[in-house]
Amino acid sequence: MTTDTINESLDDAHNDHHAHKMTGIKRWLYTTNHKDIGTLYLWFAFIMFLTGGALAMVIRAELFQPGLQIVEPDFFNQLTTVHGLIMVFGAIMPAFTGFANWMIPMMIGAPDMALPRMNNWSFWILPFAFAILLGTFFMESGAPNFGWTFYAPLSTTYSNGSTAFFVFAVHIMGISSIMGAINIVVTIMNLRAPGMTYMKMPLFVWTFFITAYLLIAVMPVLAGVVTMLLTDTYFGTSFFDAAGGGDPVMFQHIFWFFGHPEVYIMILPAFGIVSTTIPAFSRKKLFGYSSMVYATSSIALLSFIVWAHHMFTTGMPLFGELFFMYCTMLIAVPTGVKVFNWVATMWRGSLTFEVPMLFSIAFVILFTIGGFSGLMLALTPVDFQYHDTYFVVAHFHYVLVTGSLFSIYAGAYFWLPKWTGHMFNESLAKWHFWCSLISVNLLFFPMHFLGLAGMPRRIPDYALQFADFNKWVSIGGFAFGLSQLIFLVVVIKCIKGGEKAPAKPWDGAEGLEWTVASPAPYHTFSTPPKVD
Amino acid sequence: MSEGTEQDDSRQQERPSNSKVIKKLVLVVFAMFGFGFALVPLYDVFCDITGLNGKTNDVGVAYANDGIDTSRTVKVQFITRMAKGIPWQFEPESNEISVHPGEIHFVNFYAKNESQHDIIGQAVPSVSPGLAAGYFQKIECFCFTQQPLKAGEAVEMGLQFYVDVDLPAEINTLTLSYTLYDITSKVGS
Repeated sequence: MTTDTINESLDDAHNDHHAHKMTGIKRWLYTTNHKDIGTLYLWFAFIMFLTGGALAMVIRAELFQPGLQIVEPDFFNQLTTVHGLIMVFGAIMPAFTGFANWMIPMMIGAPDMALPRMNNWSFWILPFAFAILLGTFFMESGAPNFGWTFYAPLSTTYSNGSTAFFVFAVHIMGISSIMGAINIVVTIMNLRAPGMTYMKMPLFVWTFFITAYLLIAVMPVLAGVVTMLLTDTYFGTSFFDAAGGGDPVMFQHIFWFFGHPEVYIMILPAFGIVSTTIPAFSRKKLFGYSSMVYATSSIALLSFIVWAHHMFTTGMPLFGELFFMYCTMLIAVPTGVKVFNWVATMWRGSLTFEVPMLFSIAFVILFTIGGFSGLMLALTPVDFQYHDTYFVVAHFHYVLVTGSLFSIYAGAYFWLPKWTGHMFNESLAKWHFWCSLISVNLLFFPMHFLGLAGMPRRIPDYALQFADFNKWVSIGGFAFGLSQLIFLVVVIKCIKGGEKAPAKPWDGAEGLEWTVASPAPYHTFSTPPKVD
Repeated sequence: MSEGTEQDDSRQQERPSNSKVIKKLVLVVFAMFGFGFALVPLYDVFCDITGLNGKTNDVGVAYANDGIDTSRTVKVQFITRMAKGIPWQFEPESNEISVHPGEIHFVNFYAKNESQHDIIGQAVPSVSPGLAAGYFQKIECFCFTQQPLKAGEAVEMGLQFYVDVDLPAEINTLTLSYTLYDITSKVGS
């Protein structure tokens, strides 16, 4: 891939034309610039991450020792519910959309996203959704307390009155995600630089392309199921109410039909990020590019036929259990392809261990641990033991925290020089990495044993034999929470100053984004580059 | 946004216009929203055919005179459960009976409204194991209709059923569970 240097100077000149750039809050409110919107998404995600994290700190404080100390059981339920909703819909998903906004146009040589005005909307409705959701904490009825999975009848018949707010918040989040996904698809289809065929796109772009399709397919189903919940609760319908001929188990089917592709929505972009960083710091091309593309696509397709593995204990017939068990285990094949490809990329590479690489390697190892515990959960007979225990909590935190979140950190450190024009403070960033790595394992690893020993999830109290492990888990939790503040310091320092970053600060990095100056000019690729 | 160079033109020649792609994607969004709702009748039909969720027939069936299989004895257990907030007493006259497949049986359920006001109840049956639900045939059941009881009123309600002779051999026990719901407000509104 080459670009003439004239492009850069053209871009700079172009930048000057836009001296009418608005200032202050209006710049951010009215912006249609993909870089601005990407920045907004990333900051929003980080604020939500700290908010959801603060809720988790209260949860861990309550679980520090047996008995009820700090919060009432009902409030504990509100904490776990909102923690889950915020982390899924407020932190991980917007962070990835932020990456998509910042990087996709620059990676495919496009001047901006295809639908810049809609882009502005899809970001700016998000804060309202979370204002509604978090606002319920200050209402008499309290926040949603039925778990982030909002199973009926907990969220209908037994709701504390927060269902309507919850439903509207989810509707807005869904609309935001769908608009963002449509934008990504149109951008990738229509704005690729001449010569960039689909199979020449960076894998990062591929994973977001596939994720966007998943979002378009399943977010409307989520919108549908929360709408049914709303009418069941307030308008007398009986979708999930057995008294009126409905079926509460059907809720779980529809919810998980959305819910399982959703977990891949939160991990496929992570695959894309580490598939970018690992080759850069191994100074080798990504091993098996096309197999990565096919593996990502097959994971996405398989994600539609495995939903009922969340429901093994609902009394499914044996045939159903076997079908969903084998389909679920099948997903380990393309996922294994990916893990082997990352390892093969590193094999005999000239590795260096800059912070993005540290997070990427930690991702590969720890995500694989989460994948293995997922494989254990996929086995129907043992799932009956693991179901609704801390083993499940350990599993999905390994894939979401050391998986998705670590990839987000890898990507953030990787592109921070491009975003800010400064190198970040390497030693502080290493502190962030090592503190996070140690504390996150102290936090989540003992949960496996707690779960195997039978400690149920979502309960504010526990039997005495779980006390020691829970103390360690809580200490790990507090340490992990504090470690994330180091990241905040690194980012603020990096924005304010630091060593000037060259256009390509990582010598092994490849891609069009490194052909423009650091920080990336406000407008890039107004003239599309030529890709060979 | 862009400067409108030749490359832009060549871009658009090989690619569908933005609005075409957007229209298709929006169509998919609406189709999937509809699909979520279409899952509701699909689920019912699927369960009806396979008997997966333990639902039994909700209108009476005629007795299919396929003879009585006296070589087999199947246990039929009865469970009653009150949904949250219905102040009734509700129980079967016996918790368990032994039947031969094909034999017609009659069981009485006793219900009493122990509250100070009139309540309309609705019993919802479910059979476990779920796959046996299709073989549990109700000829007459109080659960086919609503059960309005005045304050303090008591009533005996009948269930007439038989177990299909085709019941798979590995099933020896059937459990029929009734959950009683208060549907006064739903009927009233």
